[in-house]
Amino acid sequence: MSDISHKDKGSILAPLKALGFLARAPVTEKLAPREAAANYRGFHVNDWRKCIGCSTCQKVCDNAAITMVSIPSLPQDPVKGIRNERPAIDYGRCCWCGLCVDICPTGSIALTREYVHTCREDELDSYFVLPDPNGMHDEHYPIGWSKSADADLVDLQRQPMAELPSEKRGDNFDEMVAGYSRQQAIIEASRCVQCGMCHDSCPTHMHAPEYIRAIWRDDPEEAVRQIYRSNPFSHVCGRVCTHRCEAACSIGRRGEPVAIRWLKRHAMDSVPDARVRQIAAEGKAEQPSGRRVAIIGSGPAGLTAAFDLVRQGHAVTVFEALAKPGGMPRYGIPAYRLPYDRLDADIGVIVSLGVDIRCNTRVGDDLTMEALQRDYDAVLVAIGLQLGRSTRIPGSGHPDVHAAVELLRRISDGEDIPLPDRIVVIGGGNVAMDIARSLGRLQRQRYGRVDVTVSALEDFEHFLADPQELKEAREEGIQVLQSRGPKEMAVGENGKLLGLRTLGVISIFDEQGRFAPRYDNDDEQLHPAGMVVESIGQMSDVAILGDELTERLEWNRGRLKVDEQGRTAVPWLWSAGDMVRGPDVVHAVADGHRVAASIHAVLQQQTEALS
Amino acid sequence: MRPENYQAKSHPPSNEYELNFGPNHPGIEGNYALRVKLHGDRVIAARADAGYLHRGFEKLMEGRLWIQNIALVPRICVPDPTPMEVCYSLSVEALCGLDVPPRAQWIRVMQLEMSRLAAHLFAFGGHAATTGLYTNMFWGVADRDLILDRFEELTGGRVYSIYNIPGGVRRDVPEGFLGRLAALLDYLESRLDDYDNLFFRNQVFVRRARDVGTLSQQQALEWGVTGPNLRATGLAFDVRRDDPYLVYDQLEFDVVTEQAGDALARNLVRRGELKQSIRILRQVIAALPGIDGPIRAPIPNPLAWNVPPGETYTRVESSKGELAYYVVSTGGDKPYRVHVRGPSAMHAVQVLEKLAVGARLEDVAQIMFSLDACPPEVDR
Repeated sequence: MSDISHKDKGSILAPLKALGFLARAPVTEKLAPREAAANYRGFHVNDWRKCIGCSTCQKVCDNAAITMVSIPSLPQDPVKGIRNERPAIDYGRCCWCGLCVDICPTGSIALTREYVHTCREDELDSYFVLPDPNGMHDEHYPIGWSKSADADLVDLQRQPMAELPSEKRGDNFDEMVAGYSRQQAIIEASRCVQCGMCHDSCPTHMHAPEYIRAIWRDDPEEAVRQIYRSNPFSHVCGRVCTHRCEAACSIGRRGEPVAIRWLKRHAMDSVPDARVRQIAAEGKAEQPSGRRVAIIGSGPAGLTAAFDLVRQGHAVTVFEALAKPGGMPRYGIPAYRLPYDRLDADIGVIVSLGVDIRCNTRVGDDLTMEALQRDYDAVLVAIGLQLGRSTRIPGSGHPDVHAAVELLRRISDGEDIPLPDRIVVIGGGNVAMDIARSLGRLQRQRYGRVDVTVSALEDFEHFLADPQELKEAREEGIQVLQSRGPKEMAVGENGKLLGLRTLGVISIFDEQGRFAPRYDNDDEQLHPAGMVVESIGQMSDVAILGDELTERLEWNRGRLKVDEQGRTAVPWLWSAGDMVRGPDVVHAVADGHRVAASIHAVLQQQTEALS
Repeated sequence: MRPENYQAKSHPPSNEYELNFGPNHPGIEGNYALRVKLHGDRVIAARADAGYLHRGFEKLMEGRLWIQNIALVPRICVPDPTPMEVCYSLSVEALCGLDVPPRAQWIRVMQLEMSRLAAHLFAFGGHAATTGLYTNMFWGVADRDLILDRFEELTGGRVYSIYNIPGGVRRDVPEGFLGRLAALLDYLESRLDDYDNLFFRNQVFVRRARDVGTLSQQQALEWGVTGPNLRATGLAFDVRRDDPYLVYDQLEFDVVTEQAGDALARNLVRRGELKQSIRILRQVIAALPGIDGPIRAPIPNPLAWNVPPGETYTRVESSKGELAYYVVSTGGDKPYRVHVRGPSAMHAVQVLEKLAVGARLEDVAQIMFSLDACPPEVDR
């Protein structure tokens, strides 16, 4: 029962109580204008320098009040993940819920404490506003509702990836990275906000938002279908890609980027190889075109072009000098990063489409360029960079001085290689890490301990190898030295290699930014070693082209000169991959697509001219 | 027409007439109408005319991501929006098996009781206006505004807080907020006496509201009436106590009842609940500083959030009665079906139609306000 009694009529003087109100302030007093609360949700402000135009705010807006507007004066950089678009708000639709603020990956949007906007009848479009840092009426109102750590709707934490610990991986070539479980992959894929920055930054413009979405929907076959739209080397790229996508990922602005590479790997690993072949064959031309294409080199560039061309109905023959197809991914990347059966799976898809790969066939020796020109309608040369560059320091011709690529190839082939108990590697790139870590594994197998020293020109702040590679190399017992320039090979009186002498680096580039290292002659060190491996870059074995053709082609500082589409100065010859562009698998894949499109266009013209 | 089929059209007696009461009428809550048939000034039939505020929320929700609906649901009941947010969030949490952190639960209770206070002040202010007691109307609205100030401070929005989210709440309690809320409660408590003198004990109101729109307990139960309207018929049913959610089982409060079931009794229940809400809020203010921890359970990226398949009926006690969400998920990123069991739909259509019969024309508005009908929630 309520505590009010109506039996009590009250005193006869009760109405006089009203007099007391004369002394009180009125309840409905007009209030002076006051500032809105500290986290009030008023009009939007957007820090244009922080905003990257990812459009996540647009996606979460429940009222479709946000439109992305292109601002040509702003910077646009797909590699860094920046678009020159900024959100514009339709205040006829906005309900000031602030979800755009809570989900913004960069934290650039906030709501101010300003909340009054009026307009004349002829200014109704003034409800459509492009928020900038100054706010709705340029009045610099204080910020109200803004990003707060405990209410962030973006998941900044990546799913952890299981890896072999260093003590379990140091003496074998087993794959280090375990891959995601299905559940982990779904959770990781759910972090994606579908901004598409990854697609824009990828050299081959992989449909990453689409395949991540498919993984999140637990539909790996659809993911593989999306992957095969742009990359037939996805087992390889799912493991060893340089993942520019992750550098551009908008989630990476404040947190850990979505593990796009591992997700691709997960999708590829989840679908049986036979099913992948069926998916890759979808949309293949039913009628053969009757045109024939020869491709020299079975690396990612050559085989990607072969994949595209065979799908378009052309007959493609690939010539490979070595015993197995695959190029650098097979002969340059150690098995602990890329198990070769996964590379075989990628190549198996391409072969299943009808590409004829002829191994142990070296153009120049077994077959001349003239013969290829005669027998084929188009020729693509994509032989990569198979020769190691030499430091050309005194003693670099010593028989115990080796090129990294050459050694990696021999290790992959299972050949016996010389393996002294102390080794020095010159170089600081990823190849240097690959050879150092491979040699370290072999040493541990033979001697039970590792003694490999990497001598890099760069300091750790400007290191060329991935930080992850550097960290893992150290975990495996590799000693990495920074800022050491190679001076000479130390050779004993009996002609035996004693090690490498290095000097401290003062600077690497001159004032014009050209490569001109300066050394400190007082800071000399000897790194004793029974073998020195040079890993300072590679070059292409262009001798296969023959003298006559070499003469007719155009060159640019020793590199074959090609146009945007990969066409050389000779109309039937194209070139692609590392030998003309570099520097990694995914760029080679992109180049393969580009050159295949150019070859296909020319072949189609030829076919039309004939008919 | 064949002659044998001819029937003379029957005309009502000249002292019977129909009147459109609303949708634009000061005695109607919101955009709502009653078509009343009168004999003199006595109502002999009434027909509710709903739908002016139909926005299709239940359908709209099927096309939006789970999280986007938090901006939609408060609009279903404008005077008492918080239970909508909380109840929707509770149902998504039930489907996902999400555990809401204790701090968020206490903050939710705090908002719910603030919202109840605001809604009851609005309701009795409205009722006062129908009986010509305009001072009370101004007081009710003006004092409600002070609660909205606290809502603005806590949630960033005065009316539509959009502050609850599946998993918890969106921001922590601002520095010094609890002190200001406590001061507001002291003020409101000091006002109760004024309200009583000017309204609840005022014979102008008491005599007019007594025996008007009387609802028996059996009728109330048969027609699905809940909340203060049911409690005014003597049945102490309150979801907060009988099916506790959040932390209501840790709070002390009385379920206020009256026996008469008339317009007066319904108002007195609300008057009693003002006091109980203040009592609950004081307990929250005392407890909240001691409850640390997160304000939200971790939830997936809202743009890629599949809620597990299932269905749930989740209910809370809103200022108007039992509010529930029936939500079905088929495992997608959007609800398959959302049905809102709004308390007003029960008492603002059939019950109002029946209670109006026999009343005098000037009491029709009183009956509607005493039921605390919420047209936007009826129409949805």
